[in-house]
Amino acid sequence: MKGWLLALVQTGLLAFGAPFLAGWVKWIKCRLQSRQGPPPWQPYRDLLRLFGKEAVVAETASPIFRVAPYVVFSVTALACSVVPMVAIGLPTAAIADVIVLVGFFALGRFFLALAGMDVGTPFGGMGSSREMTIASLAEPAMLLGVFTLAMTVRSTNLASMIGYLIEQPFQLYPSFVFAAMGLVLVAVAETGRIPVDNPATHLELTMVHEAMILEYSGRHLALMEWGAMLKLMIYSVLLCNLFLPWGVAVDFAPLSLLIGLGAITLKLLLLGTALAVAETGLAKMRLFRVPQYLGLAFILCLLGMLSHVILEVN
Amino acid sequence: MPLSLAFLAVGAALLSGLLPLVRPGSNAVARRIAFPLLGISGVLGMVAGGMALGSAEPSRIVLPVGLPWLHSHLQLDPLAGFFLAVVSLVTLVAAIYGPAYVREYEQGPQPLLPLTLFTGLFVAGMQLVLLAADAFSFMIAWELMSVTSYFLVAYQHQHEVNRRAAFIYLLMAQVGGLFILLGYGVLSGFGHGFDFAHMAAATLSPGWSSVAFLLAFVGFGMKAGLVPLHVWLPQAHPVAPSHVSALMSGVMLKVAVYGFIRFSYDLLGGIHWQWGALVLFVGSASAILGVLYALMQHDLKRLLAYHSVENIGIIYMGLGLSMIFAGTGHPALAALGLIAALYHCLNHALFKSLLFFGAGVVLQQSREHDLEKMGGLIRRLPVTATCFLVGCISISALPPFNGFVSEWLTFQTALQGPVLENNILGALIPVAAAVLALTGALAAACFVKVFGICFLGLPRSEKSAAATETTAGPLAGQIVLAALCLLFGVLPTWTVGQLEHIARLFFPGGMPETTAHGWLWLTPVSSQVASYGAPLVLLGIGLAWVLAWLWMHPRRRRFPVRRVPAWDCGFGSLNARMQYTATAFTMPIRRIFRPVWPITESYRTPTAEEQGGRYQLKIGDWAWLKVYEPIGRLLLATARRMAMIQGGNIRAYLAYSFFTLIVLLLVVSL
Repeated sequence: MKGWLLALVQTGLLAFGAPFLAGWVKWIKCRLQSRQGPPPWQPYRDLLRLFGKEAVVAETASPIFRVAPYVVFSVTALACSVVPMVAIGLPTAAIADVIVLVGFFALGRFFLALAGMDVGTPFGGMGSSREMTIASLAEPAMLLGVFTLAMTVRSTNLASMIGYLIEQPFQLYPSFVFAAMGLVLVAVAETGRIPVDNPATHLELTMVHEAMILEYSGRHLALMEWGAMLKLMIYSVLLCNLFLPWGVAVDFAPLSLLIGLGAITLKLLLLGTALAVAETGLAKMRLFRVPQYLGLAFILCLLGMLSHVILEVN
Repeated sequence: MPLSLAFLAVGAALLSGLLPLVRPGSNAVARRIAFPLLGISGVLGMVAGGMALGSAEPSRIVLPVGLPWLHSHLQLDPLAGFFLAVVSLVTLVAAIYGPAYVREYEQGPQPLLPLTLFTGLFVAGMQLVLLAADAFSFMIAWELMSVTSYFLVAYQHQHEVNRRAAFIYLLMAQVGGLFILLGYGVLSGFGHGFDFAHMAAATLSPGWSSVAFLLAFVGFGMKAGLVPLHVWLPQAHPVAPSHVSALMSGVMLKVAVYGFIRFSYDLLGGIHWQWGALVLFVGSASAILGVLYALMQHDLKRLLAYHSVENIGIIYMGLGLSMIFAGTGHPALAALGLIAALYHCLNHALFKSLLFFGAGVVLQQSREHDLEKMGGLIRRLPVTATCFLVGCISISALPPFNGFVSEWLTFQTALQGPVLENNILGALIPVAAAVLALTGALAAACFVKVFGICFLGLPRSEKSAAATETTAGPLAGQIVLAALCLLFGVLPTWTVGQLEHIARLFFPGGMPETTAHGWLWLTPVSSQVASYGAPLVLLGIGLAWVLAWLWMHPRRRRFPVRRVPAWDCGFGSLNARMQYTATAFTMPIRRIFRPVWPITESYRTPTAEEQGGRYQLKIGDWAWLKVYEPIGRLLLATARRMAMIQGGNIRAYLAYSFFTLIVLLLVVSL
């Protein structure tokens, strides 16, 4: 019972912490670019304002258009519940392993892309086409990277993976280094950040995610935006906890939970800063450079796996 | 008991074909007799198959028909029972879907009779293949299945493409049949008998058993549509009537998979891991090439046919993994791979039939084959669109629908690669898993294209703007299949428990851990390694949905949704030509994977008088260019050379006979 309650709290933490992370990245980025920037809690204000506005829907839109925000949001929220953030050993972790998690994102993306094509404007179709192209290259790289970890740990269950890594004395596996690099590249692509997509612009040449949700407004837009922030949060938590698992609570004692919370907050803030630095230093790529970028991610993950098989299996 | 029910099923299918012959002139009689009987056959077959799946002891019977020294052996064990149930299920749904669908053909130039006649015989042929327990009756039933489906493909023979597709189909079916026959020949030569019991008891040297395996692999692979033997499939499936396409693509290919499993697991036994590696490789190639070719198709049914190549590839990947583990002494993992493959057989039968049914409605109601001319059909065909969406989600392997579960099981099997002693194999298997991931992601892209272009947006032609929803029968068929897609996705533990009966035939230990944690959790290897709580996933999505809805509800009251024209950037109202087309949608993928297709692309800039330029894009299939056309050329050239000896001179012919006789006598005397 306590486990389920904790799982609920953790899901809430993830869901309501996500806008802060997005705001934090934006704030740091602004500071780095010598701008004042909105405070990190600005996304909460934006979401609240959007929730309070009326929803305007195009006449040509079908029910898919109105269903999609709910599907995207509920699937991403469910994904939040299986990601170990503060503690492992929660009962929800057994609902889905990491392959199912990838499946959740794929389901959300499927509806997002359909919604983009629904109204019949050229931008939507363009965004859907680009999103599905990028995703179809990112997904295999991501799964290959995850398989590298899974083969070391002998499990695809996220909680078991993190638990195994905490128990082990620290050891720098070459396969992990490669997989980490590959997964970072994939995470950048999947969450629609620079250099693959630019979440801050509405230019025809650069849009991917924004092009698909261009027709949305009001509460629908709020759900879509929140869903995107959740995705960034989930990927960040996964990267932090898989590759730097220290601090994650292994039991439900209040002290260790508190340490877990502190550790993940610190890790997320650092990761957000790193992301902001990277986004400030890099330029957005052309769409047809993205395959090479994701190819690099795939090769890194493949190298990780090969080095696992060659160097680490005994 | 199950066997006699199965006989009744076959009998009903035969009757459904033959009975309308009493009034050959009447289309209505043909329709009213054939489809109910087909439905009865489906129900009986499902019951028989379900009973056989659960029973430990296979039921056998020997009928005194056939060759003088060889009676027909028939049997029904869990493996055959499972496939019988799948075939019969789709038959039943086709019988619900069919009557209203074929009404249109009554206005066509052909009478309905050949369609119902050969459909009945075709179903009976498929059921008999599953019941056969000796090579002779197997081949008879197999040929019945192949030849009758040839007539179904050729049904609308006034079209040139149909005749050509049917011819190619018949040709490849016969070549494939020959390979299967040779495979059985090898087995019966060592087993001293044509019935399966003798063949299974045969002891073969590794060399001969590999020869038999390769013959069966090619023969059944030809029917199943593995790359590069797939070329008949995208030609034959689109031209047949849609309920026949569903039967051919949804279940006939599964009969080939059944034959392959029966041949290699049951009759041949003693599986070598090298065979598994070959099967895994060919399966992976089929999966990835199938989906890439499908992406470039804009004819709805041809696209679905290419997806059959993909899904058969996924099934063979599961089988290949299973054979690798079986050959290296890991029976529990081999059972897991086999179950993943069988589960995907079931899933593919469900969602592919669903998609073909949906495509049939779309084609009939919008009178368009080309995706580029559809659009906006979701408002015209709401129920069909919803069911088709379920099919799209299932085939794209997204949770919580059924396609996801079998692919997940295949992933889990592949991830157990490190238990192998062989390091190279251990590294290659996860790469196969990455190929599977790429396949799934590309399939999702493809079905976003299909659904988005076909059902969403604005209508791209007047015909598709005028489409109307179809009648009750076709809708009921689709709804049943859509519900089953969800059901088998949410209750994987139960399904896997049933499929375990089959795995126990070949791997007596079974998979102790898989279903050990109750119906909520599916744990393929152990609960530590991986678990999937499909019912909880559905519940979780529902819960999050309800929470979001409750959160929104007061706002919905205050601010109801306002419908306005879409923003058109000030260029005048939105029209259908502004939308992304299917060609444009897949353009980035076409550019990234360019070498995969033989592409000819041409663009003519408009002259002063002309209104617009002309862009032409042709996408072929390398298998034709690189495999079949050279073979065809070689055959023709050889035939031309051979024709030299055909001088028309009777004395020369007598001399040929004489020398042949001498050579034969020499051979015999040696």
